[in-house]
Amino acid sequence: MLGTAVVALLQAQVAALPEHRIADIMKPLASPAEAEKNIALFSFAITGVIFVVVAGLIFFTIWKFRRKHDEDEFREPAQVYGSNQIEVAWTIIPVLIVFILIGVTARVIAGVENASPPKDVTKITIIGHQWWWEVKYPDYDIVTANEIHVPSLPDGKAATYLKLESADVIHSFWLPQLSGKTDLIPNRDNFMWINPKEPGVYFGNCAEYCGTQHANMLLRVIAQTPEDFKKWASEQQQNAASAAAMTPPRAEFESLSCVNCHAIKGTVAVGKFGPDLTHLMSRQTLGAGVIDNTPANLKIWVNNPQDPKPGCFMPSLKLTDSELAQVVDYLGSLK
Amino acid sequence: MQEVITEDALELSKNWKLPDRGKVGVLFLIVTESALFTIFVVAYIVYIGKSLTGPQPKDVLELPILSSICLLSSSATIVFAERALHKGALAMFKLWWAVTILLGLEFLVSTGVEWYNLIYKEGLTISTNLFGTTYYSLVGLHASHVIVGMGFLLLVMAVSLAGFPIQTQMRRVMFLSWYWHFVDAIWVIVFTVVYIIGR
Amino acid sequence: MATIDYPIHQKIEYEEFSFSETFYKWVATVDHKRLGLMYIVTALVFLVIAGIMAGVIRLQLAFPNGHIVDPDTYNRLFTMHGTTMVFLVGMPMVAGFSNYLVPLMIGARDMAFPRLNSFGFWIFLFGGCLLYFSYIGGNGLNGAGSAPDVGWFAYSPLTAKAFSRGASTDYWILGILVSGIGSIASALNVIVTCISMRCPGMTMSKMPMFVWVMLIDSWLIVIALPPLSAAQIMLLIDRFLGGTFFNTQAGGSAVLWQHFFWIFGHPEVYILIFPAFAILSEIIPVFSRKPIFGKPAMVGAVVAIGFISLGVWAHHMFAVGMSSWSNTFFTASTMLVGIPTGIKIFNWTATMYGGKLRFETPMLFCIAFLLQFLVAGLTGIMLSVAPFDWQLHDSYFVIGHFHFTLVAGLIFGIFAGIYYWFPKATGKMMNEKLGKLHFWLFVIGVNLTFIPMHFLGFLGMPRRIYTYAPNRGWETLNLVTSLGVVVQMIAIAIFIYNVLHSVLKGAKSGDDPWDAWTLEWATSSPPPEYNFEKVPVVRSGRPLWDLKHPDDPDWRFE
Repeated sequence: MLGTAVVALLQAQVAALPEHRIADIMKPLASPAEAEKNIALFSFAITGVIFVVVAGLIFFTIWKFRRKHDEDEFREPAQVYGSNQIEVAWTIIPVLIVFILIGVTARVIAGVENASPPKDVTKITIIGHQWWWEVKYPDYDIVTANEIHVPSLPDGKAATYLKLESADVIHSFWLPQLSGKTDLIPNRDNFMWINPKEPGVYFGNCAEYCGTQHANMLLRVIAQTPEDFKKWASEQQQNAASAAAMTPPRAEFESLSCVNCHAIKGTVAVGKFGPDLTHLMSRQTLGAGVIDNTPANLKIWVNNPQDPKPGCFMPSLKLTDSELAQVVDYLGSLK
Repeated sequence: MQEVITEDALELSKNWKLPDRGKVGVLFLIVTESALFTIFVVAYIVYIGKSLTGPQPKDVLELPILSSICLLSSSATIVFAERALHKGALAMFKLWWAVTILLGLEFLVSTGVEWYNLIYKEGLTISTNLFGTTYYSLVGLHASHVIVGMGFLLLVMAVSLAGFPIQTQMRRVMFLSWYWHFVDAIWVIVFTVVYIIGR
Repeated sequence: MATIDYPIHQKIEYEEFSFSETFYKWVATVDHKRLGLMYIVTALVFLVIAGIMAGVIRLQLAFPNGHIVDPDTYNRLFTMHGTTMVFLVGMPMVAGFSNYLVPLMIGARDMAFPRLNSFGFWIFLFGGCLLYFSYIGGNGLNGAGSAPDVGWFAYSPLTAKAFSRGASTDYWILGILVSGIGSIASALNVIVTCISMRCPGMTMSKMPMFVWVMLIDSWLIVIALPPLSAAQIMLLIDRFLGGTFFNTQAGGSAVLWQHFFWIFGHPEVYILIFPAFAILSEIIPVFSRKPIFGKPAMVGAVVAIGFISLGVWAHHMFAVGMSSWSNTFFTASTMLVGIPTGIKIFNWTATMYGGKLRFETPMLFCIAFLLQFLVAGLTGIMLSVAPFDWQLHDSYFVIGHFHFTLVAGLIFGIFAGIYYWFPKATGKMMNEKLGKLHFWLFVIGVNLTFIPMHFLGFLGMPRRIYTYAPNRGWETLNLVTSLGVVVQMIAIAIFIYNVLHSVLKGAKSGDDPWDAWTLEWATSSPPPEYNFEKVPVVRSGRPLWDLKHPDDPDWRFE
């Protein structure tokens, strides 16, 4: 009872967080994205000036030297072949501009890429799958999927360090308001870090084409105050809500082949091919963001995942109505 | 039609010499083939020492000294053949040309024997590991170029033996010899990368 | 003395149209002009096909949660759209324009190797047909297959047998591998022609700018295409012989494909844009009534672009997790390649400066190119800044950038070239009113379509997604983008009508309708099969200027 209440409270807190559905890179809320925005504005300024000057010259030239219908219309103008001084001038100026840009950029690259993680950092390992995200917290012994909770402090002092791996093809982790993207590549460990400065739900996408359902391999990072994050983490560490009792819905579930692909902590389900379902109901969406996590949608998903996410690797198990009802009932209890 | 001939037209036309188009063509063919080989060599080098399982180069590769000597000597013998052709000594040309073919053939047969041993005795195939994949691809790419060259060498041999006046095709024989020298030069690189650096 | 009546001087009337003769004339031709036209017409056909694919894509994306096509069909559409546009539109345009114009401009009778020329065309066409045959023949294991759906750059391991079952990826590989042989053959031909077939007096420095640019383009093809062929052969070995080049389970590197592909892929985009540079360098001087400003610098800039472009490839890989040193290096080299490109824009503007500009359709497209390519180059500089690219990579910003370079850049240049040389190839003028209508509609459509994409990138929309959820801030921009496509299609329809109508009923053009200065305008329109009755002998880079202005010839100043 108490557990249920705590979970309900946590979910209410998450639901109350501001949502950043519009992931505008110009509205950064973490240090990497801020550094990237600053250099973006710097390069805008330079390229903007270049555009105004050069386009201005082109427009001026077209206007001033348009052929006029006067007596001289068909007389050829002075045949100018070139000018070495002008060539040198308009080579040197771009070279100087480029050197400045290279210097500034080099510093930002090093600043973001080579930043060493602070002592008190949250470590997460993300493993990309075709078309969902496996999320592990090695320090907490948590395994979850698709939605990533991290702590957040106003000055960005709460950092999360991500290790990126892939189980199949190349994916890319992109939450525009938190950081630029880094790829998840099989047989290669990549690293990135984020430090959300405001609690909230941040939206992102897989950003490297990875097959049929690349479009629906969505990301949510839920940044919470450190206290809320700790509460969430300890909830996630628990075994499945119903692990103690063997209820009929759970028995039905465990008799079906679901257990071959999915894991539910504290039960016989230890499958690794699909997302961990231990705390399925603590998530906002199903199918890596393709549909919201509601009872109706849960039924639709379990009945035939190919409907909302055609081509995904979870087949329809062609459950009978009563099997379906039991399974949905059981899953609905996994808070 | 407008006339574009200016005053000293005739003078200019008489002394207008441009590079032979066959020479330029074969030269750029060599450039493009070099680009192709470079990528296979890079792949080989990148994967040196990276195989997770299976036979390693130093366990199974022996220096192919004899076949290399044969192939590289064939570059010399083809030069002898060309010189004979220039002098009009057709019998010598045919002799040296035949020697070139035999030397090239020895190289191919040696490679075949080497591969037979690698596949059946050492268990190294193109799918065994990174070494197997990169080795057979690079050496195989080179060998395929040797085979194509051999095909043309045999063609020249056949038509000369059949009585065709090959001395009227000296330019084309020269282009073929350039290709042959290219193939040999590639072997020097492949040999160095695979049998010396990579072992 | 008795005179002999040579049959060649008698007028011969052909009464009947012989299908077999006409067919034979085109299929068996080795004439560079016919082959050039065949390349260009084939490219335009593929342009329409891939354009229709783009139309379907934009229909699907016009609204969130689109249901026009299912995900697999969509993924095939964007793969085939990109692959077709790059390899079956862009590359044949390179071959078509250089084959048609280079011999004429250097006073030669044909290319150096006419039969190789013909071989190149037919193998290119075969490769294209092989790629499209995948729609019918691509069925493989488990019914998987049909056209390739791996994206036009086909990253591994998505292309491994495990993740791309069936034969669709194999059609992608083989279609392009085979077509690529044609491109290399054509490029080789251009190089040898430029070096060995110039008419007397035409030293290398006197070759027209168009020829110079296409020569360097051909060098780039000869050097940069083999890496793609090599990578594709490696992929075939992986897929069919169990090879491990890109097999991460065996310790192989998924990123190695990217390196090899982009070592080809980046020079490829310069290979594609060079014809536009070449065309602009001929049209702008003629329509400004002045010689090209700074020809040595222009040639130097093209050579520099060619060289530097071989060293920038990993700017496509900034998100792969390379070291900060690598990221900085490729940022630097990419910015450097922008400098000679900028210099070219300055030189074209300086050519116009002080001139007497005529604004017929060819010139309109050139001026639009200058402004649009300026924007494209500047968004390229933004992308070269690696930290900025970490946000923009694989987003719609990149799609906006490269469509600006290729549609508002290359295609604008191609249209300029078609309007300019159509009279030479057919002896008829295209309709100028329709030309201007095509121009304005196309400019509007292109900008409506591709400008919003830059902002979609800022708002976090990734590439290659078959649909998107509402409330991400993407709806309006996607709708505007899709509407722009409708405008573009109308413009293209007007263009096609103009071409067909002008071929049949256009006004006679004469030899030299534009009062131009290079050798192709010295012969009839269309040129006879042998190009020039007498081998031209030249003394400057503008032989016709010298003839028309004997008091003020170029060779006094060059």
